[in-house]
Amino acid sequence: MSVDMNMSILIVDDYKTMLRIIRNLLKQLGFNNVDEATDGSMALQKLRDKDYGLVISDWNMEPMTGIQLLREVRADSKLKALPFIMITAESKTENVVAAKEAGVNNYIVKPFNAATLKTKLSTVLGQF
Amino acid sequence: MKGHTRAQAAGVPPELSARLGELQAQSRTPTHEEITEVVEQMMGSLQGDLSEVNLKIYSELESLAKYILSAKREIAALRPDEITAEHLPTATDELDAIVGATEEATNTILQAMEVMGNLTEKMTPEVADQVNEAVTQVYEACNFQDITGQRITKVVKALKHIEDRVDGLVAAFGDEISKYRDTHPKQEAPQEKTDKDLLNGPQLPTEASKQDDIDALLASFD
Repeated sequence: MSVDMNMSILIVDDYKTMLRIIRNLLKQLGFNNVDEATDGSMALQKLRDKDYGLVISDWNMEPMTGIQLLREVRADSKLKALPFIMITAESKTENVVAAKEAGVNNYIVKPFNAATLKTKLSTVLGQF
Repeated sequence: MKGHTRAQAAGVPPELSARLGELQAQSRTPTHEEITEVVEQMMGSLQGDLSEVNLKIYSELESLAKYILSAKREIAALRPDEITAEHLPTATDELDAIVGATEEATNTILQAMEVMGNLTEKMTPEVADQVNEAVTQVYEACNFQDITGQRITKVVKALKHIEDRVDGLVAAFGDEISKYRDTHPKQEAPQEKTDKDLLNGPQLPTEASKQDDIDALLASFD
C-alpha cells in the first residue's frame, strides 16, 4: 500500500525550534501538510477537530505529557488506530517500555537525524 | 496553678522558682543563655539528690546542648540567607538567559536554512541535492537546543530544590542568622575596583547595555 504523502501530520513539542526542525525534515521527505501543537491537551483538541494520518510527539511537556496524550488517543474510539511516534530525549528503558505498553508505534531518541526519522516513518507508514 | 507556684509545690528552691516564673511571664522564647542559666541553677540544686550516673548523663546532655549551639552559630556564620536571596536567583537567571539566547540563535539559523532550502528550486538538480544535504545536517545539528534546554531546566529545578531546603534552614535558624548579621555587618566595598572586580561576564538581557547606550556613554567623554 502506498503512503499518502498529502496526509495531515500533527507534530507536538513544547520547543518551538524542535517543531521547526521536524517540520522542515518532514518537508524534505515530501510531507507538506504539517500542523503543530505545544502540549498534549492542545494536540488532543486538534486530533478531535481534524483527521490526521500520523502523530509525532515529544514526551516531556506541560500540562499534558506525550505519554498522557498517547493514552488519551488509544482510549478514544475514533483515534485509537492513529499511528503515533514518540520523539523524545527520555531514553531510559522504563520510558520505552511504558510507551510501548501505552501503544506507541515507534520511538525516536533525541538528538536524532533525518535518516532515523525516515526509517521510522517507513516502518510505521510503509515505504515511500 | 501558675508555673512558679507549681514549681514551689514540687520542692524547687524559691529563687529558681521565681526565675522560672519570670521566664514564663515574658512573651518571647527564652534565649539559649537564659536556658543554660536555669539548667545550671537546677543542676546545682539537684546535686545532692542525683546519683553519679545521672550526673554523668546531665553533663553529657549539657555538652550536647553546647555543641548544638556552637553548630548553629557556625551555620549562621555561613549566611545561608544570602544563598537564597542572592546567589541562587542569580544562577537561575543566568541559566534562563542561556536557554533564551540559544533558542534565539537556533531560530535564526533555521530561518536562514529555510531560505537556502527554498533557493534550491533555482539550482541545478545536482547542486540542489548537495545544498539540501548540507541544510539537513544543519537541521540535525540544531537538535542541540532542545537537549541543552532540557538539561538546563533540570539544573534549574535542582537549584530550586536546594533553595527550598536552604529556606527551611534559614527559617529554623532565623534568630541565630539575624544575630550574626547584626554583629557582622558587610564590609564596605573597596574604593577602587581592581581588574578582577571588572570581570562581570555577559549581563542578563534585562540588565545589559545596548550599543546605543555604550555609544552615548563614549560620546559623553568627548
